[in-house]
Amino acid sequence: MGPTLPFFPDQASAMASRVDNLYFYLLAVSAFFSLLIALSVIFFAIRYRRRSADELPTGVEGSLKLEIAWTVIPLVIALSFFFWGARLFFAMNRPPNDALQVYVVGKQWMWKIQHADGQREINELHVPAGRAVRLTMTSEDVIHDFFVPAFRMKKDVVPGRYTMAWFTATRPGRYHLFCSQYCGTKHSTMIGWVDVMEPSAFQAWLAGGSASESLASAGAKLFQQHACNTCHRPDSLARGPNLEGLFGKQVRLSDGRTIVADEAYIRESIVNPAAKIVEGYQPIMPTFQGLIDEEGILQLTAYIKSLSKPVPGAGEVILPPNNRAAPPLQPTPKENR
Amino acid sequence: MSAVVAPEPEPIEPRDNYLNAAYGVRSWLLTRDHKRIALLYLVSITFFFFLGGLFALLIRLELLTPAGDLVQAETYNKLFTMHGIVMIFFFLIPSIPAVLGNFFIPMMIGAKDLAFPRLNLLSWYIYIVGASFTMWAVVHGGVDTGWTFYTPYSSLYSNTHVVATAVGIFITGFSSILTGLNFLVTIHTMRAPGLTWFRLPLFVWSHYATSLIMVLGTPVIAVTVLLVGAERVLHLGIFDPSRGGDPILFQHLFWFYSHPAVYIMVLPAMGVVSEVVTTFSRKNIFGYKFVAFASIGIAVLGFLVWGHHMFVSGQSVYAGLVFSILSFLVAIPSAVKVFNWTATMYKGSISYRTPMLYAFGFIGLFTIGGLTGLFLATLGVNVHVHDTYFVIAHFHYIMVGGAIMGYLGGIHYWWPKISGKLYPEGWARFAALVVFIGFNLTFFPQFILGYLGMPRRYHAYPPEFQVLNVLSTAGASILGVGYILPMIYLAWSMRYGRNAPPNPWGSTGLEWQTPSPPPTENFKVPPIVTEDPYIYSHEEVEIVG
Amino acid sequence: MADVQPAEPALQHQFESMEQQKEASSLGMWVFLVTEILFFGGLFLTYTIYRWENARAFADASRHMDITLGTINTVVLIFSSLTMAMAVHSAETGRRRLLILFLIATMILGGVFLGIKAVEYTDHIQHHLFPGPGFRYPAGADAHGASLFFSLYFAMTGLHALHMIIGLGILTTLLLMARRGRFTAEYFTPVEVSGLYWHFVDIVWIFLFPLLYLIGRHLH
Repeated sequence: MGPTLPFFPDQASAMASRVDNLYFYLLAVSAFFSLLIALSVIFFAIRYRRRSADELPTGVEGSLKLEIAWTVIPLVIALSFFFWGARLFFAMNRPPNDALQVYVVGKQWMWKIQHADGQREINELHVPAGRAVRLTMTSEDVIHDFFVPAFRMKKDVVPGRYTMAWFTATRPGRYHLFCSQYCGTKHSTMIGWVDVMEPSAFQAWLAGGSASESLASAGAKLFQQHACNTCHRPDSLARGPNLEGLFGKQVRLSDGRTIVADEAYIRESIVNPAAKIVEGYQPIMPTFQGLIDEEGILQLTAYIKSLSKPVPGAGEVILPPNNRAAPPLQPTPKENR
Repeated sequence: MSAVVAPEPEPIEPRDNYLNAAYGVRSWLLTRDHKRIALLYLVSITFFFFLGGLFALLIRLELLTPAGDLVQAETYNKLFTMHGIVMIFFFLIPSIPAVLGNFFIPMMIGAKDLAFPRLNLLSWYIYIVGASFTMWAVVHGGVDTGWTFYTPYSSLYSNTHVVATAVGIFITGFSSILTGLNFLVTIHTMRAPGLTWFRLPLFVWSHYATSLIMVLGTPVIAVTVLLVGAERVLHLGIFDPSRGGDPILFQHLFWFYSHPAVYIMVLPAMGVVSEVVTTFSRKNIFGYKFVAFASIGIAVLGFLVWGHHMFVSGQSVYAGLVFSILSFLVAIPSAVKVFNWTATMYKGSISYRTPMLYAFGFIGLFTIGGLTGLFLATLGVNVHVHDTYFVIAHFHYIMVGGAIMGYLGGIHYWWPKISGKLYPEGWARFAALVVFIGFNLTFFPQFILGYLGMPRRYHAYPPEFQVLNVLSTAGASILGVGYILPMIYLAWSMRYGRNAPPNPWGSTGLEWQTPSPPPTENFKVPPIVTEDPYIYSHEEVEIVG
Repeated sequence: MADVQPAEPALQHQFESMEQQKEASSLGMWVFLVTEILFFGGLFLTYTIYRWENARAFADASRHMDITLGTINTVVLIFSSLTMAMAVHSAETGRRRLLILFLIATMILGGVFLGIKAVEYTDHIQHHLFPGPGFRYPAGADAHGASLFFSLYFAMTGLHALHMIIGLGILTTLLLMARRGRFTAEYFTPVEVSGLYWHFVDIVWIFLFPLLYLIGRHLH
């Protein structure tokens, strides 16, 4: 294969053409102004070059009108860039509710990917074309970044928290996946592929492969294995809040705050339970930091999500053990992005 | 001052200028003369420029081929880290202020020296001590965190000499702070009689703005690298997520300085351009007050945009909106300046001397660099090009195509005054052309590479990126030649160049009203200023002859 | 006008007059103090963010501070600012011996402050409250939040103590200069600008004390 000189990346997601259109607009305006300045400088340099040693020009020294014009016009153009870019950015950060959920754990120097139904991949992500895919990501060590140029998609992958990115792949094919936040020695080789498949082929791929259990059932196993069920149980021997129906609901804490039980809350409760104690409970939960890795936490989260009722209720509150009725709260807010 | 027609080069009498006022190493290392201190800095930063350039050369050589086959991955990571650290902290940030600012600010305001000459010398020594720590780290195996030191990699994972480098940067930061402090106090309290604020040369305005940034921003990076060092040595856990710390907080603290730092690098160059464009158009600047206030505007707004380095970091969407719109605002004063310089040339009398060639280069390349900054400020596009070669191309257009060209233009412009000699114009123009061509060939392909998706800091890359990388490396070798040439002919001119008259370019400005080179006390008689800067009349015309 | 001026031993060559020199020195110190505000500012910002996110843990951890010692230190520093101001005033009125006396008093008070801080640090370290591998905190409490609090405590008070030590160095220099009779009612600028520095270091403590020692105390 001879040397190739590509100028433009593939457009393989719904967002890609939108980003490229904005890019072309920026390019056109930039080219215009660059040429305007360059040609003006060249033209003036030639037209007004010093022709005799005793030349003394008496040119114009200022013009308020010009100053205002070349302040306001660039400002207006800049604002057009801003608004268009902001619109795109909002769209990039608002995944549709029915997106396919995939979990990504970055670690030096590989990508570990888990599909909800249990398929696991290393450095490769299979997705169906035409369906929104939402990535929930965290790192086990340093900051990485999940970058797929063909999708115009990029998001940092940060230890200690979850970040989110989403895309809808449009064209089947194989596209580069790069880590694009410097992460140490093998940063350049922490790369892989995103395989976009026809939906039927993707279903086949999901079904094939070694029978792996879903994330939620892996989480259920961990729940038993680490004896979480000895405290988190629905009967009177419970020493911790019941987790059934918890996910997505509001939770009243012992310090008076009310928060939403989202992925971040679940994760924090596992690694640093003392940070947020549910009202009416004692701070006796031990930390599992170091005992359960990030993938394990994601599995447990999937399990806890599976315990939620299918229809999200409005403003259900976790009641303290003595069943004291809590005052009404606002309806369930949108899921944490 | 009487006009002199076809001036004879002044015979150099013994002991009448700052260069021959005293001889010996001690007279240089213990000097309090701002002009000698400027030359101490000139030698030091030139050394670091070539060291940083050497690292760049190795990087570009490695990138000739897709495979990582020239150096190990670890070595490559150290090369780009040290290239960034050396170029930014030990070359660019001091360059124009510590050399040209130190030399000319007192002269431009009619003073005998800066407000605190001993502090000025101390600044240089602090710079040397800080640089020594960093050199120690370089020699003993280097540091591989990237010049951005992101945590937790730098605080918990890297096995290289992070602490020594952090200490070096911490110490050198004080050099910057004290220089800025010196400039601010000098400009406020030591202007000659009649020199009101709006009669100051724009070079002084731009250094005033730069000094504001140096003084307000540098302390924050100082405390930030201190915390990283403390994290490594004392295991405090401030940025350690497994102990409640927030690695993104580091990014906020780091960029709060490091964004304004880029304006420390470019504002002085803009000051040079203002001086050069007026002199070689033989015309008053168009829109003096607008240019002056634009400098201040850039400095102020520059402190409000740091989050544009973090749009994909996981910070909130709303923070992204705020930083994006502010980033567009900060571009406006820069655009205003470019328009004003261009308008200055309108109906001027343009000379193509080397400093003016560098000014042309600056105007064109800074415009491109600045416009590509708008791409990065645009949220929807930033997501795609962040941490790719697009960013690298953008900042090199500004820092190399802009700041370094401004620096070289300033060096050539003031060389006769500094050295008392004229450089060979033919070679100088040739070198400027080589620099311009080499620069564009090196960095323009990188915009394309970036949009294609080639990430930064990659030692090996997919084969389809190779052709553009080869073009870039070819450009880099040409650029290197362009930078070596001035070293040679400027050194040559010190011995063999023609003697320079006091005002070879027929410029206005107090620094040109003294002999070349100037006496130690700058002015035999302290000047009194009676008119605006850049008022060209027949006097200046006749000086050049 | 040229450069024929009445011989002023203290006038440095770059200045045209003593007034210009004094103005420059003063402005220089103020600019330097602004840089110090930014220097500490990074730590205060970090504190603000971490306290916002870990409010209860910070309040708990703050109760491990010895409020008696902290209060004594606050009073000691405020008093030292008084003695420093008296020193400046003595210099201004040409009273050399009083100047020396007040400088010594200020230094003693500064030393007391540092001594008490040393006692506190030793105590904290012995109770395993220094963050890092040796950190130990009661179970059931938010150790992460507490560790962040103590990191900030040591970083901020440590940096402050470093500034105090430098201040003592500056005062020592002033003392030696005063003993040699270098200051007169006409020239005492170094005393004045050093006073500014000392007051600044005091003010930083006045912010540190409530933020580190008094979180939520009024509630119990």
